[in-house]
Amino acid sequence: MKNLIIKTGALVVALTLSLSACKDALNLQPLNDVTSEVVYSSPLGYKQALAKVYGSFALTGNAGPTGQADIVGLDEGGNADYLRTFWKAQELSTDEAVIAWGDAGIQDFHNMNWTPDNAFLRGLYFRSLYQVTLVNEFLRESTDAKLSSRGISGTESDKIRANRAEVRFLRAYQYWSLMDLFGNPAFTTEENPIGGPLPKQIGRAELFKYIESELKAIETILPQDRTIAYYGRATKGAAQALLARLYLNATVYTGTAKNNEAVEYAKKVIDAGYTLESNYRKISLNDNTNSPEFIMTINYDGQKSQVFGGTTFLTHAAIGGSMQAGDYGVDFGWGGLRTTKALVNLFPNGANSADRRANFYTNGQSLEIVSLTSFTDGYAVPKFQNKTSTGTPGTNITFVDADFPLFRLPEMHLIYAEATLRGGSGNAATALGYINALRTRAYGNSNGAVSALTLDLILDERARELYWEGHRRTDLNRYGRFVTGTYLWPWKGGVKDGKAVEDYRKVYPIPAADITANPGLIQNNGY
Amino acid sequence: MKKNYTKKLVFLLFFVLISFTTFAQTGNISGKVVDESNQPLPGASVVITGTRIGTQTDPNGNYSLTGINYGNVSVTIKFIGYNDLTKKIQLNSAAAILDFKLSLSASNLNEVVVIGYGTTTKKDLTGAVTTVSSKDFTKGQITSPEQLIAGKVAGVQITQGSGEPGSGSNILIRGGASLSATNYPLIVVDGVPLDQGGIAGSPNALGLINPNDIETFTVLKDASATAIYGNRGSNGVIIITTKKGTSGAPQFTFGSNFAYGTVANTTDVLSPEQFRDLVTNAPTSTTVTPALKTKLLGQLGSTNTDWQEQVYDNSVTSDNNFSVSGTYKTLPYRLSLGYLNQDGILRTGNLERSTLGLNLTPSLFKNSLKVTLSVKSSLSKSVFADGAAIGTAATFNPTQPVLSGNTNFGGYFEYLNPQAGAGQNPLVGLAPRNPVSFLDLRNNTSDVNRTIGNITLDYALPFLKELKANVNVGYDIANGKGTVIVPESAGFAFRRFAASNNVQKSGVNNQYKQQRSNFVSDFYLNYLKDLKSIKSRIDVTAGTAYQAFEAKNYSFADFSFDGTKSPNSDPNFAIDIPQNRLFSLYGRVIYTYNDKYTFTGTVRSDASSRINPDDRVGIFPSAAIAYRISEENFLKSSKVLSDLKLRLSYGETGQQDGIGNYSYLPNYSLSTPTAQYQLGNEFIPMFRPAGFNPNLKWESTATTNFGLDYGFLKNRIYGTIDFYYKNTTDLLNNVTQPAGSNFINEFTYNVGSMTNKGVEFMLNTVAVDKADFKINLGFNITYNQNRITNLTLFNDPSYIGNKVGGISGGTGNLVQINAVGTARNTFYVYQQVYNDAGKPLDGVFVDRNLDGQITDKDLYKYKTPDGNVFLGFSSNVTYKNWSGGFTMRSNLNNYVYNNVASSTGTFRNIFNPLEFLSNGSTDILNTGFSGSGDKYFLSDYYVQNASFLRMDNLNVGYNFGKVLKGKANLNINANIQNAFVITNYDGVDPEISGGIDNNFYPRPRTFALGLNLGF
Repeated sequence: MKNLIIKTGALVVALTLSLSACKDALNLQPLNDVTSEVVYSSPLGYKQALAKVYGSFALTGNAGPTGQADIVGLDEGGNADYLRTFWKAQELSTDEAVIAWGDAGIQDFHNMNWTPDNAFLRGLYFRSLYQVTLVNEFLRESTDAKLSSRGISGTESDKIRANRAEVRFLRAYQYWSLMDLFGNPAFTTEENPIGGPLPKQIGRAELFKYIESELKAIETILPQDRTIAYYGRATKGAAQALLARLYLNATVYTGTAKNNEAVEYAKKVIDAGYTLESNYRKISLNDNTNSPEFIMTINYDGQKSQVFGGTTFLTHAAIGGSMQAGDYGVDFGWGGLRTTKALVNLFPNGANSADRRANFYTNGQSLEIVSLTSFTDGYAVPKFQNKTSTGTPGTNITFVDADFPLFRLPEMHLIYAEATLRGGSGNAATALGYINALRTRAYGNSNGAVSALTLDLILDERARELYWEGHRRTDLNRYGRFVTGTYLWPWKGGVKDGKAVEDYRKVYPIPAADITANPGLIQNNGY
Repeated sequence: MKKNYTKKLVFLLFFVLISFTTFAQTGNISGKVVDESNQPLPGASVVITGTRIGTQTDPNGNYSLTGINYGNVSVTIKFIGYNDLTKKIQLNSAAAILDFKLSLSASNLNEVVVIGYGTTTKKDLTGAVTTVSSKDFTKGQITSPEQLIAGKVAGVQITQGSGEPGSGSNILIRGGASLSATNYPLIVVDGVPLDQGGIAGSPNALGLINPNDIETFTVLKDASATAIYGNRGSNGVIIITTKKGTSGAPQFTFGSNFAYGTVANTTDVLSPEQFRDLVTNAPTSTTVTPALKTKLLGQLGSTNTDWQEQVYDNSVTSDNNFSVSGTYKTLPYRLSLGYLNQDGILRTGNLERSTLGLNLTPSLFKNSLKVTLSVKSSLSKSVFADGAAIGTAATFNPTQPVLSGNTNFGGYFEYLNPQAGAGQNPLVGLAPRNPVSFLDLRNNTSDVNRTIGNITLDYALPFLKELKANVNVGYDIANGKGTVIVPESAGFAFRRFAASNNVQKSGVNNQYKQQRSNFVSDFYLNYLKDLKSIKSRIDVTAGTAYQAFEAKNYSFADFSFDGTKSPNSDPNFAIDIPQNRLFSLYGRVIYTYNDKYTFTGTVRSDASSRINPDDRVGIFPSAAIAYRISEENFLKSSKVLSDLKLRLSYGETGQQDGIGNYSYLPNYSLSTPTAQYQLGNEFIPMFRPAGFNPNLKWESTATTNFGLDYGFLKNRIYGTIDFYYKNTTDLLNNVTQPAGSNFINEFTYNVGSMTNKGVEFMLNTVAVDKADFKINLGFNITYNQNRITNLTLFNDPSYIGNKVGGISGGTGNLVQINAVGTARNTFYVYQQVYNDAGKPLDGVFVDRNLDGQITDKDLYKYKTPDGNVFLGFSSNVTYKNWSGGFTMRSNLNNYVYNNVASSTGTFRNIFNPLEFLSNGSTDILNTGFSGSGDKYFLSDYYVQNASFLRMDNLNVGYNFGKVLKGKANLNINANIQNAFVITNYDGVDPEISGGIDNNFYPRPRTFALGLNLGF
């Protein structure tokens, strides 16, 4: 028996020893992924982290075109790309664009009966706040204390410090996007670490103040650089352009007009040296890279930045019917996007306008839309193409090279003029000159010049100049024409001749998914 | 730890070798074991009472025991389903003969039942455990082991994944315990818990085991039984044991099966005549615009092609097995070889599998050390037919020919764009490609080899015979690799990418490769003692287990047929090695009093590498009691009631398979070369932080089970009835992260709870029991109700649930929902409106919330895909030399979303706006749906009742008895698999896991003829 006790005891000791060995064996690390300490141990790591902060604008995940999605539970290419969803929310709900597809919830934009469960709105909202979260993380990891503790100093640390202002611009931009579309989103900054208390909701007016203060703070830090080295990056011009846009819409966001400031900031940008591209068509083609009128872009590349959203979507989805995809530099069309006659009719002579900005494909297409889901109803709009202005197709026939301008000089012209008309401190003659500069380019001569400005003319001019660039819903809201009966377009509200819809639809609902996940959020009125 | 075991292994092998040379003054006993009708009983266990000397009978019922000390010897025969029989003999010569004739006992209470880390007897069992042994397996052409017991066990649903050769099955025990994580049970083969992951080139983890080598399946259903497997026990456990060596001279068996598979059913699509008629006479509408119609009428050809007939074909399968079993000197062995060659009914698909099974079971040191060395090895060569052929065959224009008559695109007809300019792609974009070309031009072949090997030492300690030490060390290693080759001519791989010189490249020349390894080592002590003085028996087990899983995933660049690399397709990392490990301690006490009351207590502590170090240990306890009422005096003498046992158990188990290997760690990963971002004038790969959750832990399921085992008329009628209630909490759910709070919008969290409650009833009878005529009948029925009881961290009355169930058609359409108060994956659809004639009205739905418009607020919770009543019937009949049997299964109240009808049975599909004609489901003749809009996909019209009754197997056999001058025993059998299905469901097969029917690979109807030769 004694023997037994000893042997059992020995066994227990042996077991205990092997147990502690096994405990260590359970601490495993992945082979290829690394911790944040490794990423932020070198300037290169910072640069690659910065690329992600920027890249989440353009790409939907860590693998191009799909796979390793940033936003999951949704279709990666269709529902979770920033530009594609932002564009749908800003354009499909207006007179500028209609789509033929049957994706879940996509027709709701035309019908103007979207709900908090709309998958596109969910993808857009989470995409915006995803980029905000990346910005916050970059800011936490790039403080002076962290940089010095990692032995990064001198010009290397100066560069990273400068990057901080850039990412703050991206965050301000995304908050502008959230404020404009959703009104009162969840709000988080670098002060809210991952795993901390849940993000709180912020009201639209308060968010306006935050964006304004952030942009003003970084305006002085960001470089005034229009060279290729800063192409696609946040510069002083980008911060000022966003401030101009913010102020122009201040009444919508806060109830208080800021037309003087809108004029002031539009002017700052205009005077910074940007110039109009001579050929309007070129701004949405593959050789638009570093166009002199671009202030801030989302960059795409058919080889290295592949995504099913962005300009790839804008090019493919606009091709259908009798259009030959090869003519636009791609393998085939997706048969989706067209426009209504409301946009076409803004151009004198419609599709055959002397205004060269009118870029409609009419062969086999009818101007009138009988069925939203029929591609041949409504004129096609091959504005974005996978070709250069001289006709060379892109390097990849599926993924488009063309970059997308978030801000370009003509918008500043239009803001200056409109803010001046709305009582801002601009000069009326200057304003007229700015508008005629656009129209002269459009006509190739002075035939299109106007002699006086009205607010209606500005709104129409915005549509002519900026159509399909994601401005229309914001513009119609500012003019009080988005939900009301003062302006109807084909199929507004799901009715052929258009109808007014509920006032609360001026903003989109906070996605139900976030309302459920975050008990601090309150749904927007009406939803 | 590894080192430790290596030493022990060397030590052991040394003793195995010397043991063969040591003999005492002993004799041999041999004989034959038969049943009541004098049929030999192969596989019966033969033991010298009071020793550990034992063996099994060979295929002819013969046994032989060697090395038995002279003197009084009693020999006991045990065989599942028969009463134990002990005979005594005075051994005083070198060889004695002792024959046995066993009487049938439908439910033998002394039957040994495998439980985790040990065995017990049926009478001491307190858990809900069902064993199916080889004699009750479904007979016929079975290539995947789990199909042997489909329909035989209450509470276990085994659904064959598809008709593809080598396809695995979905196994669900008691409705599973999980919502988003896996519901697949833990499978333990001869002591090695298998890795659930598939391997590249082989979708099925079990498919690499030769079904002919399997002796028993033991299904552990309640927590009393599964708690010993701790955080892997929630979905039930299936323990598989393989056949071991018999005694004496080598016995050979040879079995050969030849099977002919036919296409049981195909999708109902328009015939060429119907198609022409419909296209020609389609009224123009907003979907079929006059311009589109004019254009597409030109695509009507003059040929009549049944595309499904072109892609499906009858298949031939040949399955050959050879085994030799016996005892060499004192070493019992069994070696089996198998060769399977199976064609798929989707043309070109083929599986060729060679298997080897070896079991060595020597006993050493006067039988105090029992060794089991087990190796199972397989080599599979697969040719995968491209599944894309299934969907395109159903929709390709039936008026066009297979071959175009010219040499373009491999000679296959493709839709060409007449307006394509020079240098532009001549194919119509987004149009389907020729279905036959997918089969003939894509060559996807793989080689997978897998070996499961383990050695178990069971040692009765010399100083304390009741104490046994058991060591088990094993490996499960799989290597898979394959290539995909597509010639440049293939339409479906035409101009896939532009090479760096901007030349368009076609075809495919790619490879894939993966390895998996799984190392297991267990050690436990078992103390088993009869304490006669206090009428008690105690059986105590305590041990540790360590298991390490590792995969090696290789990534490769993408190449065109001529070997040109697609730009930027080089992977960042050529190899990834995900790993996870488990370390566990466990203990179990079985205490039996007076053979009447049994108590079982189990506890397991599991530490998982997937969980953060501070919280990684989980404790999983269970307790159960059994009360054998039939042991009470007032029932003991009953002639009607032969067994009655009440069981009650409660326990907690876990589930960790839904947790990512490293999801508690905040890690960064680098983007691929095609996901770089251009900052300024340089492209930079992106470092992305991954979502993480440091608080993740296992799902936890508490199971209460109440069961009754019964037997009447000397157990000619016997069975069980069980009531269970399972409550899973801390569900591993993909939940929305509050926006801005994590690096991903949805991540795995322990949120929510779900219940499964149900009743299982099993009835087995020996309906006729004559010397040369027997009928066994088996029947089981299961009722299971699944309910989600919570899904959110915070109470949100407006939360409707989590939409799931992606379908084909539109982008992002989801047709199911997980919502509180309903079963998982409940269909979430619009309520279709019908006209007076019962025809569904296109795009007209009930405005359920009466707000005057149809929005997603009008979706409602409809039926569920899982069904709630499951029945199984089986029978075996023997009459003289004839035998026969069948297995039938039936599921009730399971619904299927007919995605084939919804995505193809519309005018928009037939008159595709991208300007090509497609065929579609004949459902269009019922609905006339236009297919425009984004709502009709979600119509409840497409959710159909798929209740069914399926005859899985029907077989007949004839035993020729001795042939070849008495040297061999010959058996011939014929059977039909999937003989018929009775259902109202319109699609190709009502049994669709998950409930969304979209281009399902049809299960063939197989006619098989086989012979078995024993010699």
